[in-house]
Amino acid sequence: MIGAFADLLERLAFTPQRLRKLDHLRQFFAAQPDPERGLALAALTDDLGLRAVTPSMLRGLASDRLDPELFAISYDFVGDLAETIALAWPDAVPGPEVALSELVAELRETPKTRLPQAIAARLDALGPSQRYAYLKLATGGLRVGVSARLARQAVADFGGLALAEVEELWHGLKPPYADLFAWAEGGAKPVSAARAPFRPVMLSTPTDATALADLDPAQFIAEWKWDGIRVQAVSDHGTRRLYSRTGDDISGAFPDLLAALDFDGVIDGELLVRRGDHVAPFNDLQTRLGRKAPSAKLQASHPAALRAYDLLLWQGQDLRSQPFDTRRAALEQAVAVLDPVRVDISALLAFTTWDDLARLRADPPEAVIEGVMIKHRDSPYLGGRIKGHWFKWKRDPMLVDAVLLYAQRGHGKRSGYYSDFTFGVWDGDALVPVGKAYFGFTDAELKELARFVRGNTIERFGPVRAVAPNMVVEVAFEGLNLSPRHKSGVAMRFPRISRIRFDKPASEADTLASLRAFLPE
Amino acid sequence: MADTPLITRPEGLYCPAGDFYIDPLRPVARALVTHGHADHARAGHGAVLATAQTLDIMALRYGEGFCQTRQVAEGRMRIGDSTVSFHPAGHVLGSAQIKVKSAGPSVVVTGDYARTPNPACAPWEAVPCDIFVTEATFALPVFRHPDPALEIGKLLASVAAFPDRAHLVGAYALGKAQRVIMLLRQAGYDAPIYIHGALQKLCDYHLSQGVPLGELRPATVARGNKGDFAGTIIIAPPSAFAATWAQRFPDPVICFASGWMMVRARARQRGVELPLVISDHVDWPELTATITELNPAETWVTHGREDAILRWCAMQGRAAKPLRLVGYEDEPE
Repeated sequence: MIGAFADLLERLAFTPQRLRKLDHLRQFFAAQPDPERGLALAALTDDLGLRAVTPSMLRGLASDRLDPELFAISYDFVGDLAETIALAWPDAVPGPEVALSELVAELRETPKTRLPQAIAARLDALGPSQRYAYLKLATGGLRVGVSARLARQAVADFGGLALAEVEELWHGLKPPYADLFAWAEGGAKPVSAARAPFRPVMLSTPTDATALADLDPAQFIAEWKWDGIRVQAVSDHGTRRLYSRTGDDISGAFPDLLAALDFDGVIDGELLVRRGDHVAPFNDLQTRLGRKAPSAKLQASHPAALRAYDLLLWQGQDLRSQPFDTRRAALEQAVAVLDPVRVDISALLAFTTWDDLARLRADPPEAVIEGVMIKHRDSPYLGGRIKGHWFKWKRDPMLVDAVLLYAQRGHGKRSGYYSDFTFGVWDGDALVPVGKAYFGFTDAELKELARFVRGNTIERFGPVRAVAPNMVVEVAFEGLNLSPRHKSGVAMRFPRISRIRFDKPASEADTLASLRAFLPE
Repeated sequence: MADTPLITRPEGLYCPAGDFYIDPLRPVARALVTHGHADHARAGHGAVLATAQTLDIMALRYGEGFCQTRQVAEGRMRIGDSTVSFHPAGHVLGSAQIKVKSAGPSVVVTGDYARTPNPACAPWEAVPCDIFVTEATFALPVFRHPDPALEIGKLLASVAAFPDRAHLVGAYALGKAQRVIMLLRQAGYDAPIYIHGALQKLCDYHLSQGVPLGELRPATVARGNKGDFAGTIIIAPPSAFAATWAQRFPDPVICFASGWMMVRARARQRGVELPLVISDHVDWPELTATITELNPAETWVTHGREDAILRWCAMQGRAAKPLRLVGYEDEPE
């Protein structure tokens, strides 16, 4: 029932503790029948696949009932489309309780042209928190503080199952997951019908020189941390798939690489655009990621390649419980027979002391290297971010002092605060915008920035406020690329405000020329 | 307008005919103060005119020397070439709207106001005027505050459901705290309510003014026995939650009583587990109804979400303008 689902979302939204969230989910799964609980689970893991309901459709719907300008102002303040509509929708007389299955079926089967009326009619018959739950269900991407992984963990807990088993099976299962819940309640384990399933990816924890000092370098290997996209390449009896590290299937965008997955196994690696030995900047990969069906021309100009880090399965054998050294030996043999244009192996770095490694980290051979990865030679391959096995030691960020130019209220977690900041550097006598940062500041700094924005607004463009150029911020970023789309001609990677420079007058902020010095040659 | 009765200056809203400011943000020679919240009632003015309760509250907060001379507002008073009068605003104890009449059009400055009955203070009064100077704290169509009795029902249901946990309710020291206590009493909750030390003086003052808050006890742990607070309701200023103060209570349920709790992200940003939508300001339907009812020739907006109410006024064909007074907080901490 939508009421029970709305209550669940409300509880989850206001429960910060992970264990209590799991409690709420478990109780929900125990209390709700099939297919209600399965549909709720699919909503939480974003697997409902109701792609017909778009944000623009909802905005249109809202504009029919509310003045568009008032709606826009409200949305800017609330920061969440579904919540804005749920709160601002005119109250009507609530109708009888509706099952999720009825709502999902309606959203799935109603032709797109008739969908807005159908949704409006539902909104008229629901109370505010149910309207919110219904709109979240319809749009997917709940953002209620529950990751897909946590939702799967709750199912595993509910049935006393191992999370890894649930995760491996997951891609072969379909909503409303009646077979999964049957298994959780003591029935038979579902047989995964799907070929080439996704396996949970092993992640690393950040480290630094101080933390490394306590570790024995001889027990670890190191390799470059490439700035591409971490992927899992799976080839299973002729079925080939490329997964992102969160398990999204991105095979369609990379037919050139897929054609080269001529093996039977699972390789963990970095997806890159590589021309011969030269790894292209992340920008080039971004271009490929943006095309669901890349043209032959784009595939030729931006060739996709895999740089292999690890081997999970090989010719029917599961290697994940083996130590890293063993898997690495198998990986070297495996990659040796693949097309070297498309697949190569991530080189191990030669070092005996952490100082050796620090020197390598400080002077990487290519600009697309984000730092080094450090892995214990004995580490098994474990899904998730397990401490103590793999570490990332990222390169120090690049820094520039910029002047705050525009501020806008944030969305989601930061809604209501001015948290989207555009900043610029000097180009002659003018300040030219060079980027936007959404994070990096502490809560205290956020308040400081908000006070500054309130007191220094010189112009308003809808939700955007132009501020007097009086505040200098130190911006940290991971790289700089040429960008014809930006007025400044450059675009930063992962810019964030690392601190507020109260000590620095705007006239002493950096120039575009000094920023451009960070461009890769 | 030829005889503009009020103008904005860096110090705040200024009346040339009477040579005074209303709720000035900086120290001035003569201030008229609508209510005791810190962003409206500041210390350091020369002369202050306010209701007796607001003057008492200012003295409690800032000490007796908060200004040089004070005057209790009573009836219609002549100041320079203007006549002023104070009328209940229904916001907090002592809160008033101020009506100013000089040669030009008459003005009512609301300060902050609420129209939902508040058992801790006198109810809002409709005061006819030519220019209505309103706050706009919750002036967005998304703010339709529910019946506070229902919100208090949520709190009591949670207290019943978790008898081993303490319920820590964040509420501002002046107004909200006493409102929550009164709502609990009206709902039949007659157990002692525990209060943070920062609320003591103001709660005592409410009691002295005849607001029946019932039995209040200080929320201090008698030699580290956490269990003493299981099942109790504790009221504290929200700032206390960030301090180790909150850790003395058994597995506390963090609640927060505020109109902002309508918006989930706001509640989550504060780490609130049980949001209680209890507001001391007009919500959107009340604000728009008030303007319709008073039907002023002009509406001026002091602070808050002015964009939306200006848009609404434009749609209604009503003259309106923003004053963009910087310095009033959304809700005082």
